[in-house]
Amino acid sequence: MAVSARAQRSSAAARRKRRFGAWPWLSIVVHLGSLTPLAWLIWQFLHDQLTVNPIQALTLRTGKYALVLLVLSLACTPLSTFLGWRQVLRVRRALGLYAFLYVSLHFLIFVGLDYGLDWKLLREAIFEKRFALVGFLAFLLLLPLAITSTRGWMRRLGQAWKRLHRLVYVAALLAIVHYMWAVKADLREPLAYGAVVVVLLALRLPFVRRLRRGLEAHGQPRSQTVP
Amino acid sequence: MRKIDPSEITPEHIYRSRRQFMVGIGALAAASLLAGACGPSAPPSEEAREVDGPATTPEPPPTAGAETDELGDKLTEYAAVTGYNNFYEFSMDKESVAPLAKNFRVRPWTIEVGGLVRQPRTYAIEDILARFPSEERIYRLRCVEGWSMVIPWLGFPLARLLEEVEPLSEAKYVRFAALHDPEQMPGQRNSWFDWPYIEGLRLDEAMHDLTILSTGLYGKLLLPQNGAPLRLVVPWKYGFKSIKSIVRIDLVADQPTSLWMAAAPDEYGFYANVNPDVPHPRWSQATERRIGEMGRRPTLPFNGYAEEVAHLYAGMDLRKFY
Repeated sequence: MAVSARAQRSSAAARRKRRFGAWPWLSIVVHLGSLTPLAWLIWQFLHDQLTVNPIQALTLRTGKYALVLLVLSLACTPLSTFLGWRQVLRVRRALGLYAFLYVSLHFLIFVGLDYGLDWKLLREAIFEKRFALVGFLAFLLLLPLAITSTRGWMRRLGQAWKRLHRLVYVAALLAIVHYMWAVKADLREPLAYGAVVVVLLALRLPFVRRLRRGLEAHGQPRSQTVP
Repeated sequence: MRKIDPSEITPEHIYRSRRQFMVGIGALAAASLLAGACGPSAPPSEEAREVDGPATTPEPPPTAGAETDELGDKLTEYAAVTGYNNFYEFSMDKESVAPLAKNFRVRPWTIEVGGLVRQPRTYAIEDILARFPSEERIYRLRCVEGWSMVIPWLGFPLARLLEEVEPLSEAKYVRFAALHDPEQMPGQRNSWFDWPYIEGLRLDEAMHDLTILSTGLYGKLLLPQNGAPLRLVVPWKYGFKSIKSIVRIDLVADQPTSLWMAAAPDEYGFYANVNPDVPHPRWSQATERRIGEMGRRPTLPFNGYAEEVAHLYAGMDLRKFY
């Protein structure tokens, strides 16, 4: 009995370990780090601390959080392939879904709070102006990605899942353009985010990946033969 | 939002109660203000002019004025007017401007007025305050970003000052320059913009009675974040036209290029009249949010001053001259 209980406990520990890897703190950091800004934002909103223009503050802040999380989710794969930090792959989906959460809030605040669901105004605001339109397109692109982020959908879609989820780069680039078009003139911040997205995208291009594999094979052979 | 020490701000209830009192005695002035096109009301109080630094004003002096603009819209809270500012010389973050501008030196301050004039002059700010009696003007301020306020300015028509220097007949435009002092204005270290801030008006716009040089608001001298010690207010144009902390005014023959025209010529034109039908190239200008309100309200042509100013642009294609 005692032995089997211990075995059970240890197998549960192994499951936990499999799930969180050797880095449970990474998961904790991601969940806390993604939800704390939301909690803080809600608290500030309820305590009237979001400037005298709270709707604009809510829109800007949710948009910024969404972009940061999206960039972080895109950084996971390169971090794993280039730096060998494989544990980050375990939080990639969570980061992507949190990004989608903030994108959705961003969109709902714009449509619901800012424009009060006034369809006439919204039609003009979204469809007649490229700035809101590209943001809206990015949101639409992310929607199927969020829906198909489950294991079930991964299994069902097989190879198509990978291709589908490459759309995240299109969404990220649209988000950058949306940001660039939203600022009054000083483009430095959106350009900085844009540069990061472009680098992350470049790292995934087949050409760059082949180059890396070539370098690796040349410099440090993977399988060393013992004489 | 920045925590504001209660002693630092409003005494708005006092301001309002004094206003109530003044409405009693100055009913005529108040009525004319309500009915008229933001016309002059009571003369400025001596109190406002005696104080030599904005931060030292203990409480707002009494002014006669309405609780609303002539359209019946409430004045924007003093804390919002002085705490939410677009003043890129200090910061691009609206709430960082007031703290960064806290120690901005507004004395000594001189304003050079020259160019194509018969009598070029250099005014100390004290001269300006003494020579040109301030009156209260309640104006709507519409930011190109899509938000707006209603502000009780103190100021005097720019025309008074221009008449003193006697523009020559070749003078067609007025060019304004703000202070350039990166030591005091950290935002000017941002080299994205070509400092100093420059703005301009056509001479007839500059001479229009609605166009004022402002020295104060809510009965007090201007605070640095609002453009102390002297700023322009042109209520029918987007807020960025109303240049702050002016040090130079020149009468010129050719249309000046403003800082915003230089930064993004296809987006910010010389005229920048508030116009719901001419969208910014990237976003709509059909609606705005009044600070203090949640929803949106329609933007009015010429910010509600069409009756007074539309004739200035008769025959002009306002899409072309945006």
